[in-house]
Amino acid sequence: MSKYQYVPEPALVKGDHDFSSLTRLVTDINLRETPKAWYLAMMGANALLMLMVVAIGYLIWEGTGIWGLNNPVGWGWAIINFVWWVGIGHAGTLISAILFLFRQDWRTAINRFAEAMTIFAVMCAGVFPAIHVGRIWVVYWMFPIPNQMAMWPNFNSPLLWDVFAVSTYFTVSLLFWYVGLVPDLATIRDRATDKIRKVAYGIFSLGWTGSNRHWWNYEKAYMILAGLATPLVLSVHTIVSFDFAVSMIPGWHTTIFPPYFVAGAIFSGFAMVLTLMIVARKIYGMKDIMTDDHMEKMNIVILVTGSMVGFAYIMEFFIAWYSGVEYEKAIFMLRATGPYAWAYWAMMTCNVFSPQFFWSKKLRRSVGFTFFISIVVNIGMWFERFVITVTSLANDYLPSSWDYYSPTIWDVMTYVGTFGLFFTMFLLFLRFLPMIALAEVKAVIPLADPHNYDEETNEYVAPKVEVPEPQSEKV
Amino acid sequence: MSTTEDQKIHGILAEFRNPKELTDVAKKMVNSGYSKFDTFSPFPIHGMDKAMNLKKSKLGWIVLGHGILGFSIAIAMMYFMSVIDYPLNISGKPFFNAPAWVPITFELTVLLSAFGAVFGMFFLNGLPKLHNPLFNSERFKKATDDGFFACIEADDDMFEAEKVKALFQEAGATHIEEVYE
Repeated sequence: MSKYQYVPEPALVKGDHDFSSLTRLVTDINLRETPKAWYLAMMGANALLMLMVVAIGYLIWEGTGIWGLNNPVGWGWAIINFVWWVGIGHAGTLISAILFLFRQDWRTAINRFAEAMTIFAVMCAGVFPAIHVGRIWVVYWMFPIPNQMAMWPNFNSPLLWDVFAVSTYFTVSLLFWYVGLVPDLATIRDRATDKIRKVAYGIFSLGWTGSNRHWWNYEKAYMILAGLATPLVLSVHTIVSFDFAVSMIPGWHTTIFPPYFVAGAIFSGFAMVLTLMIVARKIYGMKDIMTDDHMEKMNIVILVTGSMVGFAYIMEFFIAWYSGVEYEKAIFMLRATGPYAWAYWAMMTCNVFSPQFFWSKKLRRSVGFTFFISIVVNIGMWFERFVITVTSLANDYLPSSWDYYSPTIWDVMTYVGTFGLFFTMFLLFLRFLPMIALAEVKAVIPLADPHNYDEETNEYVAPKVEVPEPQSEKV
Repeated sequence: MSTTEDQKIHGILAEFRNPKELTDVAKKMVNSGYSKFDTFSPFPIHGMDKAMNLKKSKLGWIVLGHGILGFSIAIAMMYFMSVIDYPLNISGKPFFNAPAWVPITFELTVLLSAFGAVFGMFFLNGLPKLHNPLFNSERFKKATDDGFFACIEADDDMFEAEKVKALFQEAGATHIEEVYE
């Protein structure tokens, strides 16, 4: 027995599935009667959504004075929540685009799901910049649209770059998602028996037939979109970090921000995908497709990005000291020991310490533990944005103008309310759209490869894994 | 062109058992000299492009064109707004502030390229299509589930119903039917 052992890649789809059983597994959810539990969940989500509507209504009526903003801290929960939600969205694009370019076939089980999360997270993020402007009726000044002052936006401002980056990101993510959906919507169209579903899914599937001449262009489009979305997703969080890094506030004006923000975004996004996936696969019985192997792979991504974030935190400290700038040194000392030290250490514990448990294979494959860590990570990433935004503003150059920031009930309500928006959209998605990229999953199971069929009889032959005999070690 | 009764025939549709058989019949159709044929499967089949002798997709050129358009629109828009129409002196920076314009130029290039990729793909595929004669076949619904179909259209110059049926029969089709407009 050699000391080396060949470990074959685990099968992407567990259980004895063929094309037709996969179709039924995924699309029955959309075709059956709406379960009562769905209505209950929807009611909960709608209640939270109403909370957001009320909080925003009062904000428009009264103005941003209802928030906890004060003189040095002009950016509070609104920007924190914006960055947090946008960051969560990034995992979806990473899974759908970057893993596609790297030919990671396991992405097919979770990409639809993760892309949906991206779109809804970006919607939640978009709420904040739209409402934080104060005079919401002139929000169109953010766009290059002629206005009564005959002025144009300032193209030198990172805040304007953000407008373009986030709106492009939302549009491209939506298109990417829709392109992936078309063949699966056609599947539901062909299985539907009632008039309403036939017409609705018929319209949105655009008359898709599964023609291989169409698939040929389709795959090309998918590849190009993945190629476009990859630099796009990196650019979006880079530009979000420019909102901070291009200013001259101590603790913000650093070149590490773009890569560090992108790593953090992927970190929190994967955690959110895991939170949602672990719940959804249990409720909808998708454990054959969203397997523990997927969870383990995602936990490895969390471990890697979490360590990158941890490295960035330490690097920030080092560079602050190495730069010799008094204000830089002071702000980092204040972060760890000053009035917001509780937030700083919450961030360090959740983001740097907690993912290190995933060095253990046993913990990576533990569903309960993964679920727990996925929530801890998102709490930590919220605190990261809180620490960055608030500490630098509250304690900047002039100690006489320092002040302590705390949110009001309206800040909290708006934030909690965006979960209502998110879950409302997500429940609609689970009910009406196929939650698994069905055509893509079918394409990666061994049955789909023409080479796995016998040359003579055309019968399916399971691919054999040939293990080469390991070379004996020469001493 | 053959007509049965008063209905016009669209083509002959045959069902096969698996991706391998479909790839084989695609090669057969090409070798027999048919050009207006197609194969249908619930997912893209690896190697089908070669079997069907498909030319490289033109989509890349459409995307490139849109990308260049997006790039030009971005530069033209910012140049007009910040240099020609209402120049503003912002901290003494030049009106044509190229480095600061990079992000927006990039975003608009990506945005227009993505439009080109998605709408170009639907355009090349002739979608959305309101009616397709293939949907008259009840069996064809399986094409989005677990069915593998091949179709030779009546528009093909070489189309002769009997010969086409014989070709499919020989290739091992499990079901052959005529599809009418």
